[in-house]
Amino acid sequence: MEQIATRDAYGKALKELGLSNDDIIVLDADLSKSTKTAEFQKVNPKHFINIGIAEQNLMGVAAGIAATGKIPFASTFAMFATGRAFEIIRNSIAYPNLNVKIVATHSGVTVGEDGGSHAAIEDISLMRSVPNMTVIVPADGVETEKVIKKIVEYKGPVYVRLGRSKVPVLYDDSYEFEIGKFSTLKVGSDVTIIACGIMVSKALEAADLLKEKGIKAEVINASTIKPFDDYSLLESVKKTKCVVTVEEHNIYGGLGSAVAEVLCQNYPVPLEMVGVMDVFGESGAPEELLEKFKLTTREIVKKVELVLKRK
Amino acid sequence: METKLIEDKAKEIRREIIKMLGEAKSGHPGGSLSGADIIAALYYKEMKIDSTKPNWEERDRFILSKGHAAPLLYSVLAIKGYFEIDVLKTLRKTGSILQGHPDMNKVPGVEMSTGSLGQGFSTAVGMALSFKVYNKDNRVYALLGDGECQEGIVWEAAMAASHYDLDNLVAILDNNGLQIDGKCSEVMCLGSLRNKWRSFGFHVIEVDGHNIPQILSALDEARTIKGRPTLILAKTIKGKGVSFMEDRAEWHGAAPSMEQVALALEELK
Repeated sequence: MEQIATRDAYGKALKELGLSNDDIIVLDADLSKSTKTAEFQKVNPKHFINIGIAEQNLMGVAAGIAATGKIPFASTFAMFATGRAFEIIRNSIAYPNLNVKIVATHSGVTVGEDGGSHAAIEDISLMRSVPNMTVIVPADGVETEKVIKKIVEYKGPVYVRLGRSKVPVLYDDSYEFEIGKFSTLKVGSDVTIIACGIMVSKALEAADLLKEKGIKAEVINASTIKPFDDYSLLESVKKTKCVVTVEEHNIYGGLGSAVAEVLCQNYPVPLEMVGVMDVFGESGAPEELLEKFKLTTREIVKKVELVLKRK
Repeated sequence: METKLIEDKAKEIRREIIKMLGEAKSGHPGGSLSGADIIAALYYKEMKIDSTKPNWEERDRFILSKGHAAPLLYSVLAIKGYFEIDVLKTLRKTGSILQGHPDMNKVPGVEMSTGSLGQGFSTAVGMALSFKVYNKDNRVYALLGDGECQEGIVWEAAMAASHYDLDNLVAILDNNGLQIDGKCSEVMCLGSLRNKWRSFGFHVIEVDGHNIPQILSALDEARTIKGRPTLILAKTIKGKGVSFMEDRAEWHGAAPSMEQVALALEELK
């Protein structure tokens, strides 16, 4: 299966936008080669601004640019974007509802060798709790490109969470991404597996393993975490009567929490979570870390079997 | 003539600040009064603006980075006609467009929502940078407090303004020497603000922040400076114009009683 990192897809999309949309300005905080904003710089250097190692100012400057009617993309690692600069995002971007696109890379434990100081496992939670903010976690390279092009047309602050490591390509070019709409990748009737980001491909693998055991799993890609697609989730759950959530993020405050909020208020059913169990990341090879933190196909299968018993 | 007009407007702004805070029963008089002469010079001479067209593309931008001085900005905007002067009475009240700190989506003429210190200046740098990228002539003015310069983001933004040669940006520092907990020099000493801003690449001009001809001349000089931003270091007196408020830290965030309002208005006749 073809593999591409979502950050590489971001660079590719930006490059196209750099040649076609004069309103876009791309900002980075000394990580342009890693975040791939350097791809934009190559084609439109006049519209690329390096802010240096100053993430707070990165967000403030982006807000100012948006206030002049232009469309700034602000990129750095997820840790520094949502952690270091949280309050600038909150007060200067989201509070005034400015049209800033925050696209952060190197999220989750698969940041790998850099270790726990750099592995953002709280970013979805932080961004999801801020009014006016839209939160999107693409599952593969194709979806990333579609998301980047779509958010240019949308007016308002957006947080896009991307990863460092290569992930399988799940979609073909005919896929149409819509903000606030989940996409169902596999139809099933026994259990709903709802996942986001790099864990979507693992959810699909788990569904294949479950099929061998005679369990029909429905797999949903929750690429827009906010606004949350309550309707699609509820439609699925009314059929399957149980859910497993899967994310490369702390189980507190992320996709699992969002699903639990909707279900508890509308249609309570047994729920199990696969995610980072409220611990920090650490150094290692990304694939080994996924094993260590139990972000695996095997773990998803285990949680599905558990939730089925609770039905 | 020009000086007299601006001085009169500064006095009118001060009167509205006092009345507004008296009505609101909370807010920040000290730092609002200290910036009145500066803001009058900007809105009645320096800036290219049109109160009948608050979203005019060619307008210059004013950012109140020291957002707690909201009454200062609201006064000048109301007097200029951006909204009805009676609205000033609603300051800080439920449902009012006049929030405790400025909200750009609620008040015509407010260019950025500010209040969390340092961030307004960072956004001003973003605006100036955008105008440079698109070869626009708009100028950007930001009013900062001296206590505000304790925020790290101020210096991140200053570095960027200098690095990108933002000669369309003028930062004005309302140097009244006081912050909530006392004298800036005692709470957290800022050292030489002149040397700090100069070493960050700004063209620094020192003025008496209550002397209109000096303020106007500094703004003129800033227009002649090419290739770098300007910082006008304006020595001011917190609470300026109301004798019992002048140079007293306790008037940073306390509203006057109705008796005190009457006394203050008498002084500001």
